[in-house]
Amino acid sequence: MTEREPTLAGWGNLPVPGREVLSEDLPAVTRGAVLSRGMGRSYGDSSLPPPSRREVVGTRLADRILAWDPASGLLRAEAGFTLWEFNRLFLRRGWFISATPGTQFVSLGGMVAADVHGKGHHWYGGFGAHLRALRLRVADGSIVDCGPGHEPELFWATVGGMGLTGHILEVECQTQAIPSPWIHSESERIDDIDQFIDALKRSSETWPFSVGWIDCLSRGRKMGRGIFDRGRWATPEETGGRPLPVTRRLAVPFNFPSWVLNRLTVQAFNTAIYWHHFRRSRRGLRHPDSFFYPLDAILHWNRIYGRRGFTQYQCVLPDSAGKGAARRFLELLTSRGGASFLCVIKDAGAQGQGMLSFLRPGISIALDIPVRDDTQRLVDTLNELVIAEGGRIYLAKDAFTRPEHYAAMDPRLPAFQAVRDRWDPARSIRSAQSVRVFGDPP
Amino acid sequence: MKVVFLGATRGMGRALARLLAERGDSLFLLGRDEEELVRSAADLQARGRGEAVRHAACDLGAPEGFAAALDAADAALAGFDAVVVTAGMFATQDQLEADVALAHRLLVVDFANTVVFCEHARKRLLARGGGTLCVFSSVAGDRGRKPVVLYGAAKAGLSHYLEGLDHKFRADGLRTVCVKPGFVRTGMTAGLKAPPFAGEPEGVARAVLAAIDRGTPELYTPGIWAHVMRVIRWLPRFVMRKIKF
Repeated sequence: MTEREPTLAGWGNLPVPGREVLSEDLPAVTRGAVLSRGMGRSYGDSSLPPPSRREVVGTRLADRILAWDPASGLLRAEAGFTLWEFNRLFLRRGWFISATPGTQFVSLGGMVAADVHGKGHHWYGGFGAHLRALRLRVADGSIVDCGPGHEPELFWATVGGMGLTGHILEVECQTQAIPSPWIHSESERIDDIDQFIDALKRSSETWPFSVGWIDCLSRGRKMGRGIFDRGRWATPEETGGRPLPVTRRLAVPFNFPSWVLNRLTVQAFNTAIYWHHFRRSRRGLRHPDSFFYPLDAILHWNRIYGRRGFTQYQCVLPDSAGKGAARRFLELLTSRGGASFLCVIKDAGAQGQGMLSFLRPGISIALDIPVRDDTQRLVDTLNELVIAEGGRIYLAKDAFTRPEHYAAMDPRLPAFQAVRDRWDPARSIRSAQSVRVFGDPP
Repeated sequence: MKVVFLGATRGMGRALARLLAERGDSLFLLGRDEEELVRSAADLQARGRGEAVRHAACDLGAPEGFAAALDAADAALAGFDAVVVTAGMFATQDQLEADVALAHRLLVVDFANTVVFCEHARKRLLARGGGTLCVFSSVAGDRGRKPVVLYGAAKAGLSHYLEGLDHKFRADGLRTVCVKPGFVRTGMTAGLKAPPFAGEPEGVARAVLAAIDRGTPELYTPGIWAHVMRVIRWLPRFVMRKIKF
């Protein structure tokens, strides 16, 4: 009996040969390692080893809080400490990480590497804006502390740098005090994409958190219809001191066969969600789990896309492209028949200081694409439009973008590579993605 | 509860110490690496109710330091009522067969020294009318098996000792909890091929906490290992010689 070679995949279930080296002692295992990976929640190949290597460090056992100041909310922790753990411990004590992404099953190290953003980007910026210090193991083997005031170049290259500047060992960040652990939210049914953009931009001025869900299959007058959700922390008076219950979770037990998701089933799902929100608007108290992390309620939800896996396409269309950019994007998408369960639209605020931070002022659109034979062509087509509109894609989601397309989207790339030239000229730290997109040696 | 904890920095010990801290128990950490103790103490303090978590050096390889370490814990906690030992050494059968010195060290640390540490702890607990002594042994000690001949021998001795303690001193108020984890995915077992029914440290920790509260003398965890080991113990020798398990 021969043993099957172990494989490693991102959240999109597109595996490569590889395995995680797990240890509580990150300083020991990162020595000479090619890459570190946290919870593996990036969708594509950001956390996967380059083709010539088989092992990456897994940080999830290095999960200790190293310092917590209950007066100021300053947190320092090992890179594998998860946002889920933070929320479990501190949400009810009145603290939150406002730059929270759409899942809490992420490590602090991963949040730094992707400079994650969430429903509050227009208000709070990305995670990088809340960082105070990082400890890295850099390519020459030494351990370097950096922050906005110390080795700032290395620091800002690491924020959003996809783990390519060094192994993130420790993270220090500022968390925010919240008046209660509940969200007060208002949601609204929206008829088309233009109204959606207006609603997003309008509510950004008064609401710290907002997000829209779009039915990507609707066309014509109804194109871009969906549900718009916005929220703020509820006041203690609004909650009446109600304790926050622990969320129960379901799990998808196995990979669905690939025929389950087709145009008809997705259309039925999207229509059902749209009309489930029958009243035009709703308001009230929401559990932060359901507001910030609706998909976390179903563990392993990525299995619904089956063994062929899926990719997520997320781009930002800058304000400079005008209000019509989102409509042009959706028109192209629907004309190509890209069936997507989830299409999420968000308002993006000021560009982060990270050298490769994804968002810039504009509209962010994210959609899941089940992998089929023509996925590469679809991504290429969408990328060409995004380049023409002056936008860019999110590396943490990407598995298909071509190097020339990424270079055309992100004029900051040479500056980022210059920092890597200084700290890691041989590119001894690299990933499957950096080989594919940045041309690192295999 | 006021708990002295030897081995809280890693693996199942880390997970169990967190549960104790989060429900408000007082902790005093023992371990051999000062920096690791400082980091784990900070973690547990942040998770707890703000009470400082203190620590002292204690190396299972150096039994001459046991009494002083337990005295330091006793002073800091103003009298402890529980002692938890999750620390220990692990090496694969191949490594131990290849290196007799390593085998000797493991047998001394996992059996002789652990027992001596427990003797110090047991006397202090009994002197104040009892308390809980929770020690991590292993399913490896239940039967002589090919992959754990040496490690299993040390753990068999430890399990035996703990059973004896329970029989002799339960009536005096000493609650001995012998934990026998099956395969659990921790840093210690990372890189080994996980068998079916492999557990997670958090699940083990929850079961152990319940056993500590109830004073269960022997705990297999994950629970299915109680049944697996029952079968293993019944298997005749001619079968044990054939199988690899």
